[in-house]
Amino acid sequence: MTIYANALDLIGDTPLVDVSSLSPKASVRILAKLEGQNPGGSVKDRVARAMVEEAEKDGTLSPGSVILEPSSGNTGIGLAMVCRVKGYRLKVVMPANVSEERRQLLGIWGAEIIDSPAAEGSNGAVRLAQRLVAEHPEYVFLYQYGNPANPGAHYEGTGPEIWRDCPEVTHFVAGLGTSGTLVGVGRFLKERNPAVEVWAIEPPAGELVDGLRNLDDGYIPPVFLDGGGPELLDRKTVIGPRDSIEWARRLLDVGIFAGISSGAAMAGAVRCARTVDQGVIVTVLPDGGWKYLSTGAWSGDLGEAAERARQTVYF
Amino acid sequence: MPVEVRLPTVLRAAAAGQASVKAQGATIGEVLGDLTSTYPEMAGQVLAPDGGLHRFVNVYVNDDDVRYLDKLDTKVGEDDVVSILPAVAGG
Repeated sequence: MTIYANALDLIGDTPLVDVSSLSPKASVRILAKLEGQNPGGSVKDRVARAMVEEAEKDGTLSPGSVILEPSSGNTGIGLAMVCRVKGYRLKVVMPANVSEERRQLLGIWGAEIIDSPAAEGSNGAVRLAQRLVAEHPEYVFLYQYGNPANPGAHYEGTGPEIWRDCPEVTHFVAGLGTSGTLVGVGRFLKERNPAVEVWAIEPPAGELVDGLRNLDDGYIPPVFLDGGGPELLDRKTVIGPRDSIEWARRLLDVGIFAGISSGAAMAGAVRCARTVDQGVIVTVLPDGGWKYLSTGAWSGDLGEAAERARQTVYF
Repeated sequence: MPVEVRLPTVLRAAAAGQASVKAQGATIGEVLGDLTSTYPEMAGQVLAPDGGLHRFVNVYVNDDDVRYLDKLDTKVGEDDVVSILPAVAGG
């Protein structure tokens, strides 16, 4: 057994598990990368550590620095863990309607939460964070949506891990939030094999963006545009809360307790499998199910659970 | 051939509050052209000055973003549902 010097060294090198028994076709394998195995509980641990260490290297961060970051949850939690270990203060700007567990976890790690309007979703959190940083130039703004260390963590970590474990990969399917995973892994895999198809899965914008005043309040993360996202993606498809929850429940059949966005990724992998005759689909399951217990996603009627999920930011 | 077009909240005012309208066309370009001629207030919000899609707008046929299909040339049929949505962030 390896003895790790520090819990942060546990970030990455997550397991890839064959979940092909859930594939609609015997000729199409589906492999799931379990990012919930990271020490802070999600794929965003990779991004949090990469952004902080990059900022330490270039001198943006120094002892006693205060970091401010917009996040619907997982990046905030990952940063809170990294900041706790490294001794930085953290303020997280978060939509008021994220799951209760996300708020609790941020508190446990010692981060301060600043609420942004629920009706404006993640876009509103980004806008409020940008305003606060303009008012407080002393805050360090790592800005996951525009920080090349975000896709960089996946280009240097997640992508090579997938290629090492499964060079037969034909399709890569992942959720689209900041686009860091898709841009970083997608670029790495296409450089190795240009025939690999990259599929982005997104939740329906639906009610969560009703607070937008006009479409100019829309938002495209700079890491997506700067990373060549529009050219990198082969398909972008919406998976709703009902399918997301159904597939989060079905993942239990293969021993995986994963979050709602993982259900969406799995549903996307299954949709992808239906369109091909044969292949090996790799998908990323961003986190475990623990943070979503209070949403009731696993209990009772699927339709009612989906309706509850519509009120919560889970991506 | 009429196609159902679902509108985001921010565009409904331009269509007398309707959440869903019918528009004619065999491609996304034709459907959006018909939509914006019926509801001219939407034109600047949905289409860019060069006639392409506005950058903060995503248009879907059923569940697929047309930018990764055939863009404005993406074909639509009577049973398809076209949805217009603002671009949003996650993370």
